[in-house]
Amino acid sequence: MKRRDFLKSVSGLAAGAALPVAPAVMSAAKADARSETLLIVSEGGPNNLDIHGVGTNVPGYEVSWNCYDRLISHEMKSGPGGVPYYDRDKFKPELAEDMTIGDMSATFRLRKNAKFHDGTPVTAKDVKWSLDRAVSVGGFPTFQMSAGSLTKPEQFVIVDDHTVRVDFLKKDRLTIPDLAVIVPCVVNSELVKKNATDKDPWGLEFTKQQTAGSGAYKVTKWTAGTEVVMERNDDWVCGPLPKIKRVIWRMVPQAGNRRALLERGDADISYELPNKDFQEMKANGKLSVVSLPISNGIQYIGMNVTKPPFDNPKVRQALAYAMPYQKIIDAVMFGLANPMFGAAADKATEVAWPQPTKYATDMEKAKALLAEAGYGNGFETTISFDLNFAQVNEPLCVLVQESLAQLGIKTTINKVPGANWRTELNKKEMPLFTNIFSGWLDYPEYFFYWCYHGNNSVFNTMSYKSPEMDRLINGARDAAATGDKATYDADVKGFVDLAFAEVPRIPLYQPFVNVAMQKNISGYQYWFHRRLDYRALVKG
Amino acid sequence: MLSLIAKRLAFAIPSLIGVVIVTFLLTRALPGDPAAYFAGPAATKEAVEQIRKKLGFDKPLVEQFFRYTVDLAHGDLGSSLTTGQPVATEIRNRLPASAELTLLGLLVSVAIALPLGVLAATRPGSWIDHTCRVVTTAGVSLPVFFTGLVLVYVFYFRLGWSPAPLGRLDVFYSAPNAVTGFYLIDTLIAGDAEAFRSALSQLILPAATLAIFSLAPIARMTRASMLQVLSSEFVRTARASGLSPATVTVTYAFRNAMLPVITTLSMVFSFLLGANVLVEKVFAWPGIGSYAVEALIASDFAPVQGFVLTMAVMYVLLNLVIDILYGVIDPRVRLEG
Repeated sequence: MKRRDFLKSVSGLAAGAALPVAPAVMSAAKADARSETLLIVSEGGPNNLDIHGVGTNVPGYEVSWNCYDRLISHEMKSGPGGVPYYDRDKFKPELAEDMTIGDMSATFRLRKNAKFHDGTPVTAKDVKWSLDRAVSVGGFPTFQMSAGSLTKPEQFVIVDDHTVRVDFLKKDRLTIPDLAVIVPCVVNSELVKKNATDKDPWGLEFTKQQTAGSGAYKVTKWTAGTEVVMERNDDWVCGPLPKIKRVIWRMVPQAGNRRALLERGDADISYELPNKDFQEMKANGKLSVVSLPISNGIQYIGMNVTKPPFDNPKVRQALAYAMPYQKIIDAVMFGLANPMFGAAADKATEVAWPQPTKYATDMEKAKALLAEAGYGNGFETTISFDLNFAQVNEPLCVLVQESLAQLGIKTTINKVPGANWRTELNKKEMPLFTNIFSGWLDYPEYFFYWCYHGNNSVFNTMSYKSPEMDRLINGARDAAATGDKATYDADVKGFVDLAFAEVPRIPLYQPFVNVAMQKNISGYQYWFHRRLDYRALVKG
Repeated sequence: MLSLIAKRLAFAIPSLIGVVIVTFLLTRALPGDPAAYFAGPAATKEAVEQIRKKLGFDKPLVEQFFRYTVDLAHGDLGSSLTTGQPVATEIRNRLPASAELTLLGLLVSVAIALPLGVLAATRPGSWIDHTCRVVTTAGVSLPVFFTGLVLVYVFYFRLGWSPAPLGRLDVFYSAPNAVTGFYLIDTLIAGDAEAFRSALSQLILPAATLAIFSLAPIARMTRASMLQVLSSEFVRTARASGLSPATVTVTYAFRNAMLPVITTLSMVFSFLLGANVLVEKVFAWPGIGSYAVEALIASDFAPVQGFVLTMAVMYVLLNLVIDILYGVIDPRVRLEG
């Protein structure tokens, strides 16, 4: 018998009869509350409720997404397995009633009846203040805005009380999509300004602790590291009223316990479990498990191309033939990943990203290439990984180490503590490493701009520089902005081919985002940020 | 007496200053760059520098230390970056959670270990002595992490007797007004019997886990100390004078055997308070140990410093209390001694 059924059956009995366990004696009102409440358990919780804050972590994005509105959002389409998947190319109005895109600007008319949680109407000055804030506070939000060529407060113009215009600095295909990510959320400017100080003109300290938005949910209680409680905003007008009244999000550090909570029917949703657990839960069918490929997320083996032996393309190709691809997918990912290798030799390059390479495990070819490069006897090197993701990274590196040993390459495994990983990446000195990258904006040229361009961003972890690559990437960006499809297609195919021929990084697989939930939960949607959207979820 | 306590506290000041300096330097020596960590995965070098400046880590070490001590003097332990809250508030909220759990665990442990140790000592070589040996060996050799998981598996997952391991209260109860910070006491003050029962049922498994682990040192120490006292001359005299075995054991022997047991207790308590991280992790307990470890993983300096400092202060106070207790139990021991 499930505990929930048990509750119903004993609710009529005298309290305290059965066991010294609280839920058994819970009052009927509390049992009711349970059916309207969504209980989420996850490993980590937010450190800041405002995505504009200093160092807001990924769980904090989930709060922002559900408690704030943006001008526009994405439509849904049917994704793999029929699961609703955000539609990269179709936008729908959120706070805006409609959007008119001109040649060098976009105009948004705001809903007249939208109100912040405290009852103040949402006006154009709030929108401008919020966008100004996003491009001015520095750190991640400002960086994300700049990805869509949104960098200056002058770009955001108040036309009238309910109309805002966004001027473009230059033609950029990513400007509109960038207005639909989490960062450009609309904040209650009057309320925050009241609580701002000279030292903190944008009121970041205030919004860190409470939500000041107009979104479908508001945070009513937050105990850092323990729980977040969110209540539905019944006056929300930017979409159909959500079904879930209350969301309780508890932090349960132990993955095994999260699984136990799910299987006992106490928790409604959990993610961040080991792949093995997801695999088993899928197999036993008691819960519904959703697994969807992370849009443009790729786990890869990177090589520092500025130093021998990896400055030699032949050595890099040899490694690409020596990767134990299938073993990694089977033993590390338990099948929960899309292969990024082994495309048929005659397959034409597509105008898409990600797509599989033509490399596959072939030790003979690898040996021959290595001999050609003058490393017939192998060499010694170090492979590094981020300990924060040790569950995947460690077995993966061990498999790679084993495989390379067959070529005479002696690899030492270097485990880098999570706190240190980014510092190490920034130094760009690690010879061989595994890492993962996925961008919110799912466009090939965007991915390549960060990962392969010669401007050497932090994600170009290989320090790869090639004038030809830069020309193709810049070409594709310009062509996308002007809508020149022929040039765009040619350039995208060009840089994908070049990246696979020179292999500064070896793509391994595209991982899945996995979410396990009770059978009575429906309405899960996949978003580019890979966090939950409570607005669409339904219980019962 | 009061002046002696004041004197003892004064002696503790230099060691506390030492702790402040050492933790400050140690946290700075940790590998890892908090600015890069908190700038997020998508940060450029400029973004990292901006964050570094905001956090004040671009200043020379001496200046950082000076600021830290000035803040400390005002009772400000700084703010945690991982949880976004002031460290002092967090420690105030989390310390009672750990203390309640540890105290209850210790209480259970003492309630079992003391009688077990005494019985084992009075009947060496008997079945009860062997039971004592087996129980303590098993308890100490099972890692707390493992015991905790097994208890959760059996009593929650399999049998369903225990509530979900979701922290201090069932999800649908709200925490009582904080008076002592101990939920068992606060719920009683608030007169909320349902919440009290919920808090108690949440405590049973983690407290049992801690108790199993801490049985060994207490029981073994009780046994050893009792054996020694029972073979001493004044016990022989008492027995020879025809006093009942119960009076001899409890009144004469046990009281004299208490001193080393008290010392062990204090050590076990302070050890458990800081070291029950694993229990806190297994039971999603919002305690101080898991807080410190999470901060350490993120090279979040302020909470680590705050944690070490709090622990140092607790050790000083605990030692003082133990010393006073010695005097109460054994009048021959005096504070100045």
